[in-house]
Amino acid sequence: MSDNSPRLEGPLPTAAIDDPHLLPSTRNPKRMEALAALAMFVGILGFCAFIVAYWVNASTQWEALTLGIGMLGLGVGVISWGKYLMPQGPFVEERHDFHSTDAERESFNAAITGRGGLEVKRRKMLLGVFALGGGVMTLALLIPGVRSLGPKPAKAEDNEGSTDYSLYTTNWKKGSKLVTVGGRLVQVDDLEVGGVLTVFPQGYEGSSPDQVILIRLADLGPNDPPYPIAPPGRTDYGVQGYVAYSKLCTHLGCPVGLYQERTQQLVCPCHQSIFNVNAGCIPQFGPAPRPLPQLPITVSPTGQMLANGSFDQAVGPGFWERP
Amino acid sequence: MIDKTLNWVDDRLGVAKGGRTFLDKIFPDHWSFMLGEIALYSFVVLLGTGVFLTLYYVPSAHEIVYHGSYVPLRGQRVSEAYASTVGLSFDVRTGLLMRQAHHWAADIFLGAIAVHMARVFFTGAFRKPREFNWIVGVTMLILGIVNGFLGYSLPDDLVSGTGIRIAYSIIESIPLIGTYVAFFLFGGNYPGTGVIIPRFFIIHVLIVPAILVGLLAAHLGLLVKQKHTQFPGKGKTEHNVVGSPMFPTFMAKTTGFLFMSTAVIFLLGGFAQINPIWQFGQYEPYQISYAVQPDWYMGWLDGALRIMPSWEWVGWGHTIPLEVFLPAVIFPGLIFNILLVWPFIETAWTKDTQYHNLLDRPRDRPKRTAAGAAMLTLLFAVFFASSTDVMANFFSLPLMDVLWFFRFFVPLSPIVAYFLTFKICNEMRNAEGIGSRKRAMIVERSTTGEYTTTESPARPGDHHEELDAIPVPTFIDTTDPELATAAGVRRVIR
Repeated sequence: MSDNSPRLEGPLPTAAIDDPHLLPSTRNPKRMEALAALAMFVGILGFCAFIVAYWVNASTQWEALTLGIGMLGLGVGVISWGKYLMPQGPFVEERHDFHSTDAERESFNAAITGRGGLEVKRRKMLLGVFALGGGVMTLALLIPGVRSLGPKPAKAEDNEGSTDYSLYTTNWKKGSKLVTVGGRLVQVDDLEVGGVLTVFPQGYEGSSPDQVILIRLADLGPNDPPYPIAPPGRTDYGVQGYVAYSKLCTHLGCPVGLYQERTQQLVCPCHQSIFNVNAGCIPQFGPAPRPLPQLPITVSPTGQMLANGSFDQAVGPGFWERP
Repeated sequence: MIDKTLNWVDDRLGVAKGGRTFLDKIFPDHWSFMLGEIALYSFVVLLGTGVFLTLYYVPSAHEIVYHGSYVPLRGQRVSEAYASTVGLSFDVRTGLLMRQAHHWAADIFLGAIAVHMARVFFTGAFRKPREFNWIVGVTMLILGIVNGFLGYSLPDDLVSGTGIRIAYSIIESIPLIGTYVAFFLFGGNYPGTGVIIPRFFIIHVLIVPAILVGLLAAHLGLLVKQKHTQFPGKGKTEHNVVGSPMFPTFMAKTTGFLFMSTAVIFLLGGFAQINPIWQFGQYEPYQISYAVQPDWYMGWLDGALRIMPSWEWVGWGHTIPLEVFLPAVIFPGLIFNILLVWPFIETAWTKDTQYHNLLDRPRDRPKRTAAGAAMLTLLFAVFFASSTDVMANFFSLPLMDVLWFFRFFVPLSPIVAYFLTFKICNEMRNAEGIGSRKRAMIVERSTTGEYTTTESPARPGDHHEELDAIPVPTFIDTTDPELATAAGVRRVIR
């Protein structure tokens, strides 16, 4: 392919009006013309109907129907015009090589490596300083661009930090009153056996890291032996048949919202992690890697449910700094 | 009048030469070239409906009391983002149509890109010199998926909020920098200080669309510069393009197609309900819904998360949540990178440095076709794995069995698909006369009782007669054909 000359010099290709390349591809152009016009006319009616539909405040379905008919009609009309009545060819167009001639390449490369490259070689120091300047400028601009966005995550040692800044702490403390999301204090006789309730420490209703699921496993009085729950070290974490676990799934932090009483399982609806409530909420199945942290709870003399401490670990999904 | 105007413009801008070449640009006639147009036109709809939505949407997590016309929500405390999305659905006229058309357009946009990409892949249209355009296209796909997720998150409803929660935990799972990135992006521990909605908003409506528009211009510019590929056929070579011209034929067809694509999107937007956020309710971090699926293009990521075993790595005072990091960061990263560099992988394998303007039949490139089929099978398999719970319910199977099925099905099915496709391609290549229509055999008995078999005559369409391709004519001689020398003869004036 030798094509360095401009394409459109010399006599241009011409054709007669009855050239088969220019003829409509339909046998009956008159009928097709009428059909295309009809389709476009239906389209116009559709758009008018849309204006009326809007005017009379018709339903969304009417708006879509009228607009759809308008656009379909116009579209079918224009496409039939293009497909059946316009020159279909086949026409041909030559391709041209993408690459330049060898001489052009050489002069281009020479300009870069020779003219520019020589200058770069001569003034290596300047180039280095310029590169350094560019790098430092980028860094200088990136620092506020990134650092202003949000706070640094607090370290594990800063265990008194706000939950806004720390992944390790929650607002649960020894003596925190258990309240519903509406702020109602939770009493020891609030739940039937098999009942569950999402609770928060008083003053932090609706907070994401503090959400706890309270489950009543058995109807036990204050003097009954504690409900047997594994691991054995946690027998005093529950009280009067109640247990409380962090509601944040250890997989991806979804609320573990489904409690199946018959099988004593907590199920996360996001990715189907299943936790065994009787065995300290260890993951029984699915992608969750760790048990749900358990919140130690107790009951005040007046029957008010209280936290008997905080979680012994970070709640929710895993992260790099988690020990 | 038109001539005069054109001359006036050409005097100042010199558009005639390049403009003429542009008007003569040849578009090959093949239906599969329409798939990219669907993506283009749904993007146009996305921009149009999107601008409409920004006029009413309030990107704010600030809590207000809802007073709109949706009765079940009256008096409840909701975020401004949620209230304004419900408001533009019910209190702004045509708002619901625009919102649902916007959502449908996004789903169709990404679907069209995926199918268009499969066409380009299986026919080898990405080969030299079109590697740039392949990379631009894959980048647009990635940006489209990202922007789809961001837009889906903006209404601040229960379902999308859960998605943001999962996104936060996925970012958190990245070793070393994960918690920092998550804290910077959200302004703190989840759910952050309410900055995430305005941030998602500006990325969704300005930053990503601006990049997409730029890439789209590059995509189409490269297409014009490098010209279309074409399937082999009569008169079609590596050095030409055969088809119909940009003006007026293609222009008419594609304009009509713009209208029709838009019509379908608006009909879906009006008749097929999508994302009814007023039913889901305001997002609260302690609430969750059951059997919720993300938009289709996010399904494959969700599926990978579900089937991953719970392999968390803990040691030396650190935790790497591999059960999240591998399926949600490494897996998509790997897939997107393979897609991006595929043209170079193939060149390294075939050592082919030729220009390719003629397309392959997929069966003639069995290894590439098999690799593509394996990739699609893998993505479909993880996509279906994202509905393990729905399937378990539907088929009344234990959830655990469904999950274990997918844990084996996802890694094994692509291998099976590879070898099966490879085999089918080779069988098709070796089979004689495959692809041409079968003709009936006529068995005749002669008077002496001798049987002969002959092929029946060709039916119309068996031998499709095509004209020889000619350059696009400039000047059309409008003399009455009857007065001309002979009908159907091209008269070249020299």
